[in-house]
Amino acid sequence: MVLTFAGRLDAAGAGDVWDAAHEAARQGAGTGLAIDLAGVSFIDLAGATLLASVQAAHVAAGGGAAGDGSGPDLRGADSRARALFARACQAGGYARPPKRPPPPDATMRVVCGAALTALTGGIAFLGEVAVASVRLPARRRMLRMQDLLRYADQAGVRSLPLVALLGYLMGLILAFQSAIPLRRFGADLFVANLVAISLIRELGPLLAAVILAGRTGSAFAAEIGTMKVNEEVDAMTTMGLDPMTMLVLPRLVAAMLVMPVMTLALELAGLAGMATVMSAFNFPLVAILRQVQGAVTAVDLFGGLFKAVCFGSAVAAIGCRAGLATGVGPRAVGLSATAAVVGGIVSTILLDGVFALLFYRLGL
Amino acid sequence: MTDPSPQAAPAPARATAPIITADGVAQRFGSRTIFRDVTFAVAPGEVFVILGGSGCGKSTLMKQLIGLRPPTAGHIVVAGRDITGPGADAARAAMRRSIGVMFQSGALFGSMTLLENVMLPLEVFTDLPPHAREEVARVKLGLVGLADAAGLMPAEISGGMAKRAGIARAMALDPPILFLDEPSAGLDPITSAGLDRLILDLRTDLGATFVVVTHELQSILAIADRCIMLDRGAFGDAGGMIAEGDPRRLRAESTHPIVHAFFHREMVAAA
Repeated sequence: MVLTFAGRLDAAGAGDVWDAAHEAARQGAGTGLAIDLAGVSFIDLAGATLLASVQAAHVAAGGGAAGDGSGPDLRGADSRARALFARACQAGGYARPPKRPPPPDATMRVVCGAALTALTGGIAFLGEVAVASVRLPARRRMLRMQDLLRYADQAGVRSLPLVALLGYLMGLILAFQSAIPLRRFGADLFVANLVAISLIRELGPLLAAVILAGRTGSAFAAEIGTMKVNEEVDAMTTMGLDPMTMLVLPRLVAAMLVMPVMTLALELAGLAGMATVMSAFNFPLVAILRQVQGAVTAVDLFGGLFKAVCFGSAVAAIGCRAGLATGVGPRAVGLSATAAVVGGIVSTILLDGVFALLFYRLGL
Repeated sequence: MTDPSPQAAPAPARATAPIITADGVAQRFGSRTIFRDVTFAVAPGEVFVILGGSGCGKSTLMKQLIGLRPPTAGHIVVAGRDITGPGADAARAAMRRSIGVMFQSGALFGSMTLLENVMLPLEVFTDLPPHAREEVARVKLGLVGLADAAGLMPAEISGGMAKRAGIARAMALDPPILFLDEPSAGLDPITSAGLDRLILDLRTDLGATFVVVTHELQSILAIADRCIMLDRGAFGDAGGMIAEGDPRRLRAESTHPIVHAFFHREMVAAA
């Protein structure tokens, strides 16, 4: 068969006929292929790539070249077109057999392998954190107090306005939403109980952890990831400094220290939001306070704060792990930050589920 | 194949035992072998250059030498410690007190000033009081010409200054071996020549051994006592060492086509 091209065979012209030319080449696989360029007024490398690709598609479909079969049969082509065609064939690797996509079971193996690698990597990371913690007395000079305070400031103090705002709005929303169904039973006053228990047992630690994951976990991953990309982590290692002790432990400790404070701030702001709504419903502040006092026990408060510490350690550990696992290239740090946020939130909710089960079994 | 023709004249320091030896070192990534059978020895006090084109594994070989990447085959001994044999982790940890490394970008810690960067190893590994640490660090910065920049942050300095600060930090604990990864890369010729001068001065003043990874021809000829050249090999073949010796003699006498092309800036026909 003869494929005849005419006009300009540049990027625009090649794009117009790309699919049609390939289809024709594949359909004519039973015969030899010749390409007629006599009517082509101009050809560039994009056009030559089309010709090479068409030739390769024809061969892949079982066809051969017209004539003696020793090479492509280009008719009416000048030396420039032939040179461009040869360059496209060579540079595009059309002479080599096309790569076959991996069979489905191989893809599955790759996915399972990656999941297993991530899991073993996570376990190894936890082990390294544990070893670094045990060795800390001997390496105490590597744990720089100024770094720890800086991370605590970054993770906790600077997030307090956001925590207070979100907590206040959350209390406000919860109070409004619960007021409607409770009013049907004449139990408006118990809105205070509901909001207080929800916030202190559950929502306070959970929301604080989500804020920590979005704001600080991602920052930890980006900071350590950038250090990894800039070879600062390698520099540390070659200087005999332990990255786990210098980079991970201070962040972990800082997050565990600030999380109870963030949780308390969020809960207080939430209660203030609830009180605002209740006051608008003409309940006196004393009555609201009494309801809250009656509803919430010390076990609720400290159980929530304990959860907050655990969530904080999970978010910080996942952020640091994502940072240390940063690959190479400009997208790597962004991917690590995303992994830190997603991993932090997912692990927080998983841990919360575990705590819910545990507290239920313990009758707390 | 290693080019046998040019052999460097033995330097006086060669009479002593080597401070670094690599024996049959290889690196493989998956099914791809980057290089294999790399064997050399570095004498104390030498400026030893690992050279080669882009992608031939120079930086990978340096990472093996500084214990960041275990080789897939072969043995490496640095400062008398086999960092690839049994008990390699402990050997690597001990070896790190004998080396200083300057990475390609300087790899300065971005949250610290240049002075704090140089002081950090002193703070962790010595019992020097704070004011003494600062004085020692200022001397190191002065050695590389950055005495006036001690209070600057890494983001506030140029690429050449970052590399010099990286050298000062690598020298913080006065290690006997300094590894420099591409010290001249991306620098203008004047700054690059200044760094070459600095390396030679430090070698003379401190008696340190330098292992330098570079492909900058002018730098190689200016600083190297001896060098090895790596090549990435033809398509599908493993790369490896293709030459060893005095770079000036290699330039004058080597008949290996890639070595000749490298030193004479010629095109090589694709394999």
